[in-house]
Amino acid sequence: METSITRRRRHELIIGAVLLLALAVLPLPIHDVYTRNLIIITVLFAGLAQAWNILGGYCGQISLSHALYFGVGAYVSTLLLTRLGIPPTLGMFAGGALGGLMALLVGWPCFRLSGHYYAIATVVVGEIGYLLFLNWDWIGGATGINIPYVRSVGDSWLWLQFRIDKLPYHYAALAFASVAWLVAWLIEGSRWGFVWRAVKDDPVAARSLAVRIFPSKMAAAAISGALTGIGGAIYAQYVGYIDPDSVLYGQLSILIPLPAVLGGVGTLWGPLVGAAVLIPLSELTRSYLGGSGSGVDLMIYGALIVVVALARPQGLASLIGVRVRAPAGADDAAAA
Amino acid sequence: MTSTILLQVVVGGLLMGLIYALVAAGLSLIFGLMDVVNFAHGELLMLAMYATFVVWLATGVDPLLLLIPVALAMFALGVAIYHLLMARALSVRFNRGMVQIFVTFGLAILLRGAAQFTFGSDFKSVSTSLLAGRTMDLAGVFVPLPQLAAGVVSLLAFGLLLLISRTEFGRALEATREDREAVALIGIDRDRIFALGWGLGAAAVGIAGVMLATFYYVSPSVGANFALIAYVTVALGGFGSLFGALVAGLLIGQVEALTALLIEPSLKQVGMFAIYLAVLMFRPRGLFGTL
Repeated sequence: METSITRRRRHELIIGAVLLLALAVLPLPIHDVYTRNLIIITVLFAGLAQAWNILGGYCGQISLSHALYFGVGAYVSTLLLTRLGIPPTLGMFAGGALGGLMALLVGWPCFRLSGHYYAIATVVVGEIGYLLFLNWDWIGGATGINIPYVRSVGDSWLWLQFRIDKLPYHYAALAFASVAWLVAWLIEGSRWGFVWRAVKDDPVAARSLAVRIFPSKMAAAAISGALTGIGGAIYAQYVGYIDPDSVLYGQLSILIPLPAVLGGVGTLWGPLVGAAVLIPLSELTRSYLGGSGSGVDLMIYGALIVVVALARPQGLASLIGVRVRAPAGADDAAAA
Repeated sequence: MTSTILLQVVVGGLLMGLIYALVAAGLSLIFGLMDVVNFAHGELLMLAMYATFVVWLATGVDPLLLLIPVALAMFALGVAIYHLLMARALSVRFNRGMVQIFVTFGLAILLRGAAQFTFGSDFKSVSTSLLAGRTMDLAGVFVPLPQLAAGVVSLLAFGLLLLISRTEFGRALEATREDREAVALIGIDRDRIFALGWGLGAAAVGIAGVMLATFYYVSPSVGANFALIAYVTVALGGFGSLFGALVAGLLIGQVEALTALLIEPSLKQVGMFAIYLAVLMFRPRGLFGTL
């Protein structure tokens, strides 16, 4: 029997497919390197924000340590490449696995904390990771790692290296964002999705209905961390150089959830809308106004965040008709 | 290692710990009152430091004399931030917890940008003051006077905050913290209390900023590091507990100093973060937290 829910979900899938197609052809007529880079970063962040959304949005855990999973993914795939010669297409899954494992390691002690105690603890864990990587000479320390171009192979999908034309990175980022979106879509319709939203809205009531809170949070963290790690690995290959200040810095842990939160937290389209609005704005203001380090770009970006958060607390996606449930849980989580 | 070196490090840690405690006190006050973690707290510290630097540069007035004017200005700024932003952030119906985080984060970026725009991004410092460069010899331990003064002022500020908590206003603060709905029934204007709470929190961090400016460089991003330490301090001491902030600040100062001395200077922050996480395993609400 077709219910309104199955119909809505099928519509979402169709819209998703159309969007994917549109994004696949979008950079084709654009040959300007700057604009292409802008599109790639935006797509990548849409995926990262969606990955965060799985833990932060659906499960309601305001995690501020996602830079750690991102960085771990970037470092693992890069080290596998430079030390062992393992191609990044395999390495990124190792990076994702370790990112997920790291999220479990962080979650194990932190999920017993609630509200702001949880948020602050994750900030601190991320910062410890940053400092340890910074002081760990074996993996390059503060100098970072340069990703070499494997000359014998040339441009190759297996090695995820493209020098002549960067366009393939767009498809790598797009594939990543699509997978993240699809995972979120699957979660929304699954038993897990309902359980996680129950954990977010009212942990006490959820527990009384035999929902196991801690394993639910851990499952969300593992999926979220793994996806973020894969994103980190793709980013590392794209930029060709990583150091703690580019893939592990504390502010990244806020920049990853930012599109999801301002776009519409706990929704399928929120992270996409948020990334589509925020990332180009931030990049454009930086390149046109922030060139001399004047700070004007930061002022505009900061003001934009404040205004959007206050004017559209339910997220920008609500402007294009995405229904956002009023989550009691986000309030309670903060109050707990 | 002689005991003098150890003592020297312990005293240094103690004085820094007092500063950490005062920065954390402002954060804790705001959190305890209205359940808001101010992610722009470090930027308030940065503003107070710049204010001190600018007035000193323009007029040559000793930073110590700026203590009260800057504290008052920061109080006004805190009240303004509450009325302009936080009152709205608290009244949203959708995911309030995240909205407040990102509103204060946006404010932080905005303030950092404004500082960079106005002062440039290079490091500045107050080079001449009554105390600059002077040290005191306490039984073989050299104590730099600016740090000592900062420690003493921090303690005084804590005393003042404690006194305030004993007044009628302080009790109203406490009552609002306990039950922000019920206080309206006994004639307490919640909005006013919240605004004053923000004012006091900003003034506390303002005082810390003035004292810090006498011996620490100023830059647009100076606040980030202190803010991180303040979050750790507040969570360690327990959100909303003034006494907890003081104890945790002192503890953090010691752990930082001793890690730098005994293990490795570049890992000093790892040491304090590790202690914080370890304590949180046994006391999830911090040492003295009730919230």
